[in-house]
Amino acid sequence: MSILVSKDSRIIVQGFTGSEGTFHATQMIEYGTNVVGGVTPGKGGQTHLDRPVFNTVHEAVEKTGADVSVIFVPPAFAADAIMEASDAGINVIVTITEGIPASDMIKVKEYLKDKKARLIGPNCPGVITPGETKVGIMPGFIHRKGGIGIVSRSGTLTYEAVDQITKSGLGQSTCIGIGGDPVIGTTIKEAIQLFMEDPETEGIIMIGEIGGNMEAEAALWIRDNGTKPVVGFVAGRTAPKGRRMGHAGAIIGGKSDTAEAKMKIMKECGIHVVESPADIGKIMFEVLKKK
Amino acid sequence: MNLHEYQGKSILKSFGVNVPVEIVADTPEKAVEAAREIKSETGMAGWVIKAQIHAGGRGKGGGVKLAKTLNEVLEISKEMIGMQLVTHQTGPEGKKVKKILVGQNVYYPGESETEEYYMSVLLDRDTGRNIIMYSTEGGVDIESVAEKTPHLIYKEEIDPKVGIQPFQARKIAFRLGLSGSALKEMVKFAMALYNTYESSDSSLLEINPVMKTSDNNILAVDCKINIDDSALFRHKDYAEMRDLSEEDPAEVEAGKYDLNFVKLDGNVGCMVNGAGLAMATMDIIKLSGGDPANFLDVGGTANAETVEAGFRIILKDPNVKVILINIFGGIVRCDLVAQGVVDAYHSVGDIPVPVIVRLQGTNAEEGKKLIDDSGLKVFSAITLQEAADQVKKLVI
Repeated sequence: MSILVSKDSRIIVQGFTGSEGTFHATQMIEYGTNVVGGVTPGKGGQTHLDRPVFNTVHEAVEKTGADVSVIFVPPAFAADAIMEASDAGINVIVTITEGIPASDMIKVKEYLKDKKARLIGPNCPGVITPGETKVGIMPGFIHRKGGIGIVSRSGTLTYEAVDQITKSGLGQSTCIGIGGDPVIGTTIKEAIQLFMEDPETEGIIMIGEIGGNMEAEAALWIRDNGTKPVVGFVAGRTAPKGRRMGHAGAIIGGKSDTAEAKMKIMKECGIHVVESPADIGKIMFEVLKKK
Repeated sequence: MNLHEYQGKSILKSFGVNVPVEIVADTPEKAVEAAREIKSETGMAGWVIKAQIHAGGRGKGGGVKLAKTLNEVLEISKEMIGMQLVTHQTGPEGKKVKKILVGQNVYYPGESETEEYYMSVLLDRDTGRNIIMYSTEGGVDIESVAEKTPHLIYKEEIDPKVGIQPFQARKIAFRLGLSGSALKEMVKFAMALYNTYESSDSSLLEINPVMKTSDNNILAVDCKINIDDSALFRHKDYAEMRDLSEEDPAEVEAGKYDLNFVKLDGNVGCMVNGAGLAMATMDIIKLSGGDPANFLDVGGTANAETVEAGFRIILKDPNVKVILINIFGGIVRCDLVAQGVVDAYHSVGDIPVPVIVRLQGTNAEEGKKLIDDSGLKVFSAITLQEAADQVKKLVI
């Protein structure tokens, strides 16, 4: 078991023949991901990386039985690509694209509201279930199959946590980068809900950052419903107010979305908050040992 | 991307939001000319002169003044153009005023009392929807209103499927206590303001104050606008309005290399791939007894060129005593980054401060060996903790 994606997932790549799509699809295939084809409008009928290219997601789903899509489409066309994937019946839509206008994502979020598709991202590294499937741009080799679920708003900081977990002797059930934008699909709380229900996940790591209210929302849910230990870190304690720190969503607006405020509420809700990002793996290991 | 007040108002006007009669000027002579023109258009003397800088709190700093005569317009303009305006948002060095906005005095007498309100449009991140936030308490700092009298701030959520509806604009106008023709004007104003926000891909549009004039007009007296950087590709005309002189020179320079840089005032410079790891690196610098001098995300393509650019930008800051490079190689190979560091060392010439290079992930060991064998005064580290320990040793 794992969440969202597994060895049974059938993956298509939207923006398959572009440079990003080609590079990362190759990496995914090398990892063992079951990439069943791709979509590039106008290039349908061609073969790319030994897989069929389709003009539309509908056709790709019909011909390959794909249930997961990973999107590398440029920002101007990405919102459209997400909605197309949903309309074609894709279950999990992983959007890697960075720089989609917020106004486009507001419409996408509304569009997906009563649809069955779950959106991960945008502006995220993707989702990986180690040893089974890698749907995204993360380096596969740092991961190891195990019982820790990781959810994070960051990319490389997630790799850091993964690496610490692997080196501590533990492994990961599934790792989800939910993305650094202000309007995203799956939230920290939703990812944690999935991990709590997953029998294979024994412990959870949540990595947040400044801006927004998502960490507090997740913390309150964990306080009331949590059944597994959660270790948390929030990046940006030294970030100044009102400045965007790389991610479009990483900006302190008021008193409640600072790293301090988030860490405080997380602690109050029973989350094991680490002060130093160098201790994420160590603390998770200790918490599980005590259990 | 932030814009000046006068630029924001030109956008408002283009979407039918009423603004005062105003003209921007960059010399005292042009300011007087502008004042004459405004007088002939409005039939009224008396002007307000506002410094155009990207910062709030201009009034308290002496950046907003009233002039009763053309001579006063001249005197005030002479004083204001070229001044270093200091407000609570500019920092102690202030910002140089290059342009001023000359406008009609909106407090002219008439049939009713003037009123000032607050109105802004922004994204509610919890719901993923836009909201109009408004208050009867205009013309003052909205954050203090939120603190002292939060019940006087109202929110109207906009459904993304249909956009703002007239009933919502009426609700706003009634809540603000308006009636008669002022009510009708406010309905038009709120609708147009929201449509400006949506059509211009703004991420914040704040009008403080919104004024009801004595003849029941509704005007945007000030305008703070922030355009979503990610949407600038479809607003070339707004992108051209960008005033680079309002931004930190080091940040502008970094932008040329696609580096994401934010200047801070600590003593440990850092260069990191990825925004989250960059923030975490700043945090660990602080925990190690240092203070981060900057945020710098070199992105997914850390190579010799970007590393060199990063060095040059960080080294412009005389406060920097140590530089920490923290790279988690994924797609990026650590040996290539290490080679980049070695090359940058040679091309930058003298790097007068100790450099700690922490490489982890793809080809980390090879990278460390390259650094260790280079003979350079570079401290290498593999784990984040080792990097933190090195910082501690070097800053104390």
